[in-house]
Amino acid sequence: MTEMQSKTETALAAIAAASDVDALEEQRLAALGKKGWVSAALKTLGQMSPEERTSAAPAIQAVRAQIADALAAKKAQLEAAELEARLATETLDLTLPAPEAPRGSVHPVSQVMDELAEIFADLGFAVKTGPEIEDDWYNFTALNMPESHPARAMHDTFYFPDTAPKGGRMLLRTHTSPVQIRTMMAEGAPVRIIAPGRVYRSDSDATHTPMFHQIEGLVIDKGIHLGHLKWTLETFLKAFFETDDIVLRLRPSYFPFTEPSVEVDVGFAIENGKRILGGSGDAEGHGWMELLGSGMVNARVIEMSGLDPAEWQGFAFGVGVDRLAMLKYGMDDLRAFFDGDARWLKHYGFSGLDQPTLSGGVGVMP
Amino acid sequence: MKFSLEWLKYFLETDAGTAEIAAKLNAIGIEVEDIEDPAQKLAGFCVAEVLTAEKHPDADKLQVLSVSTGEGAPLQVVCGAPNARAGMKGVLGLPGAQVPANGMKLKKSAIRGVESNGMMCSVRELELGEEHDGIIELPADAPVGQSFADYHATSPVFDVAITPNRPDCMGVHGIARDLAAAGLGTLKAVEPSQIAASFPCPVEIRTDDPQGCPAFYGRVIRGVTNCASPDWMQRRLKAAGQRPISALVDITNYLMLAFGRPAHVYDLAKLSGPVVARRATDGETVEALNEKTYTLDPSMTVIADDNGVHDIAGIMGGEHSSVQPATTDVLLEVAYFDPEAIGVTGRKLGLATDARTRFERGVDPAFLDDGLAILTSLIQRICGGEASEVVRAGSPPADPKVVAFDPALTAKLGGVNIADPEQKRILEALDFVVADDWKVTCPLRRHDIEGPADLVEEVVRIHGLDAVESIALPRMDGVARPTATPEQKLERRVRRAAAARGLNEAITWSFLPTDQAAHFSDGQPLWVLDNPISEDMKTMRPSLVPGLLSAAKRNMDRGADGLRLFEVGRRYLRSADGSSDEHPTIAVLLAGEKTARGWADGKARMFDAYDAKGEAEALLAEAGAPVDKLMVMGEAGGQFHPGQSGTLRLGPKKVLARFGALHPATLAAFDVDGAVMAVEIYLDAIPPKKGKGGFAKPDYAPPALQAVKRDFAFLVPADLAAGELLRSVKGADKNNIVDARVFDVFAGQGVPEGKKSVAIEVTLQPGEKSYKDDELKAITAAVVAAAAKQGAELRG
Repeated sequence: MTEMQSKTETALAAIAAASDVDALEEQRLAALGKKGWVSAALKTLGQMSPEERTSAAPAIQAVRAQIADALAAKKAQLEAAELEARLATETLDLTLPAPEAPRGSVHPVSQVMDELAEIFADLGFAVKTGPEIEDDWYNFTALNMPESHPARAMHDTFYFPDTAPKGGRMLLRTHTSPVQIRTMMAEGAPVRIIAPGRVYRSDSDATHTPMFHQIEGLVIDKGIHLGHLKWTLETFLKAFFETDDIVLRLRPSYFPFTEPSVEVDVGFAIENGKRILGGSGDAEGHGWMELLGSGMVNARVIEMSGLDPAEWQGFAFGVGVDRLAMLKYGMDDLRAFFDGDARWLKHYGFSGLDQPTLSGGVGVMP
Repeated sequence: MKFSLEWLKYFLETDAGTAEIAAKLNAIGIEVEDIEDPAQKLAGFCVAEVLTAEKHPDADKLQVLSVSTGEGAPLQVVCGAPNARAGMKGVLGLPGAQVPANGMKLKKSAIRGVESNGMMCSVRELELGEEHDGIIELPADAPVGQSFADYHATSPVFDVAITPNRPDCMGVHGIARDLAAAGLGTLKAVEPSQIAASFPCPVEIRTDDPQGCPAFYGRVIRGVTNCASPDWMQRRLKAAGQRPISALVDITNYLMLAFGRPAHVYDLAKLSGPVVARRATDGETVEALNEKTYTLDPSMTVIADDNGVHDIAGIMGGEHSSVQPATTDVLLEVAYFDPEAIGVTGRKLGLATDARTRFERGVDPAFLDDGLAILTSLIQRICGGEASEVVRAGSPPADPKVVAFDPALTAKLGGVNIADPEQKRILEALDFVVADDWKVTCPLRRHDIEGPADLVEEVVRIHGLDAVESIALPRMDGVARPTATPEQKLERRVRRAAAARGLNEAITWSFLPTDQAAHFSDGQPLWVLDNPISEDMKTMRPSLVPGLLSAAKRNMDRGADGLRLFEVGRRYLRSADGSSDEHPTIAVLLAGEKTARGWADGKARMFDAYDAKGEAEALLAEAGAPVDKLMVMGEAGGQFHPGQSGTLRLGPKKVLARFGALHPATLAAFDVDGAVMAVEIYLDAIPPKKGKGGFAKPDYAPPALQAVKRDFAFLVPADLAAGELLRSVKGADKNNIVDARVFDVFAGQGVPEGKKSVAIEVTLQPGEKSYKDDELKAITAAVVAAAAKQGAELRG
């Protein structure tokens, strides 16, 4: 073994044995530093004859490369070990909770209003609103309920002592129907609208609150008849409950503002103490539940709204939004809707991201 | 309204069963709310004969009976009724039967050591009446062993809702007529018997108020016995929910429930002089049959004699002339009252009666004579007596409405094709007269028929709404168009933004207790209800904060630590002209802990006014308000902490929002502990976006060179608003300064008394070329100079 060979082996052993970066640097300097033995060996090449150089140079260059590679490899190894050791001191207890972010919620009534708006938009219904503090002309008279009409008394109306600007009494609207009148008066015909909003009746128990939400539908056009009403109600309910198993029962009824008037029942079954829509109410274990009132708009109402009843006809319906929400999402006490109990709001509320869309389905699964 | 199947069948020849009748009632618009079948309650009770009755060996008041049910060996029954005796027939409840009155299930038992195999029942126990002095005694011919339900001829009872347009169905006969028209049977003819009048009516009857009382028919019957009404009548009345009182009272009730025809019977002995329908005089009083005294006014029609008022016409009779057991001579009144006037009087007096309900909706003007004849014949049959001739004062409306009808309208409006002859049949079955040219004459009792649409309803409801086929609404071509208004889009957007920010949407009442509303009214006039459901729901809210604050209190009372509530709704103000001025608003309420105690620092962090400001600005930004142009100003209102609240304004006068900590006095008024933050954003004050119609955004033009940041620390007077300083700094060189933000505020050690240190990071955006040193120096000098105008000096 030449001297060069034995030096090389010694150096490689020392590099392999180096325990830290400093020891490694020492070895680098000893071999490859300005005064290192490899550098010294390289310098000798200058004094050699070309023939000697040709034979000696590859061996020396090979030794230099061998040691340089060993140094680099060892350095990487040492650095990795060092990083690992440092990281070992930086361990976090990730079973500790992350910073809390509050979860907000949209009230079920708002959610259902949005769902209904989405469905009716597809059916071509625009959305209209009107004042909640109304006068009795819009709330009653224009809807074919003159002063002495017994149906007025049935509305359990909240009155204000104030006189309306054009006479009559100010009151809290008992239904969203005044919006029908306002829309027809302002925009004429044809009309295809829904009117959602708060309404008020002097009534209070588990299923009635003095304030609740209603959505009114109105279609005024040429040639609109009861069949269109039936289709519209079926279509909207099937879309809203996302099931084709909705059976409606139409019953003749009476509302002063419609003629003929139709009350609509929907078939349901009781499952686990809750009403589940579906099936005919006449089927075994089923019943009918009153869901909404509707009818063909009374010619007088059309006339009072400034349209010619000989030319225009149509239908209207009104349905309780809170009730629809209860049926779809399973709440059973209407009073809780208006209590503002944060636990209830979080339980029955919806994510802000649950914006109903037709493509995604208007309902939200729990 | 309730009626028994048996009563219905008195007027309607039909084989239909209860379920079929109920379905048809619903189908023609008479909503069945309930069906009660008493036979179900009486299952297990039968007619039984007491064979022997002996004293109980161990109890003075008990007897041991041997009772036969007609089959098998007699049963031993222990009975405590004093009237139980051998040979009598009664009602035995067998083991397994449930006593209707108390739900007790009968079983074989031992009473004081003696076996008892059932119970002999009283009237009350079977819910047939109030009597409980002893067990029921049945006539001797009662067939032993027959089920008592059959023997008693119980009949299912329908409870129906009659819509206010159909007073003609507020009697069983009217319902039978509708059912017959719908093909459920044949209406039996009601032929009032001819009354033999044996003397002229001795009482003068007049109507001095032809407007309120167009017709007043009457007659006297002498020599009646006001006994108990017969069983068959009592059964029908009880099924209808009427308590039998005496024959004369029961007969008038019977007439009303059978024919929808209220009538009144006066004790003739209590009347003096002519009996007159007239207006009441102002302040006149009458003690009514409900033993309450009513004070009347001249808008009200009454029936009076020389001594005073005997009847609030069409609503309730007077106590003084009411019939008594000893009454022998009576005056019958069958009148027609103006429906509107009855409604007005009833509402004024707050008096709701069955008679009012019918008169107010309109009784049959063609049924006065027949009604009087039926009433007379019933009284004579049951109470005896001799009838006088009839006196007729005035006359009821007699002009029938004639409607020009086109049977094609049924398909046009009702959406169902019904052949003309069938339409004619339906109308005629309901007593409409249909001429060849389809001029339809309406029966007088059908006050609800106004025009052709009403006739369509008659035809369609009798034909059946099931026959109406669903027809799709015509649909616009292509994809549905957007329909939401800008206001709706705004409300939806802020609602979902608030929810996404961790706030919980509540819906609170639109009305508040008056003091709470007043606390937030800032002196504006409020809407105060005349007839609130309670004092807590009396006054319309001028702000959404009080409702949320009350909700917060309820939550805290339930142990909530931190609350983030919001509501989107209206504030109710008044316009100058007296109309409603409603403002869409979103309010946020933050109370208690913003973050609970955590492991990082062990401390809960409470909400403060900056949290409120943060919500206000974030929601305004979502609402599309120009947030960078908003000014923070004061005057949030007296409900807020004066030093920890503000308004966000677009220009000095246009307030878009208020926010901050609520005033301790507000919290005290709502009984809330701890600091509470509130935000109220006036959605209708936010200027609408000025879109030019397109969806394209402005071109993207990023600056060529990187922005440069420079920090400045200023010493400023302690009361200088940081915002003022920032605005000055930003305005120092508008060409180069694109942003400036405060990154440190400090007072105390090293900062002179009365001063604070405010550190600002200024962002400079170079244009085409990088800044040169002298340019940066010039900008710095401008910033310092601008700050100096606010009293700020650069710290060394």
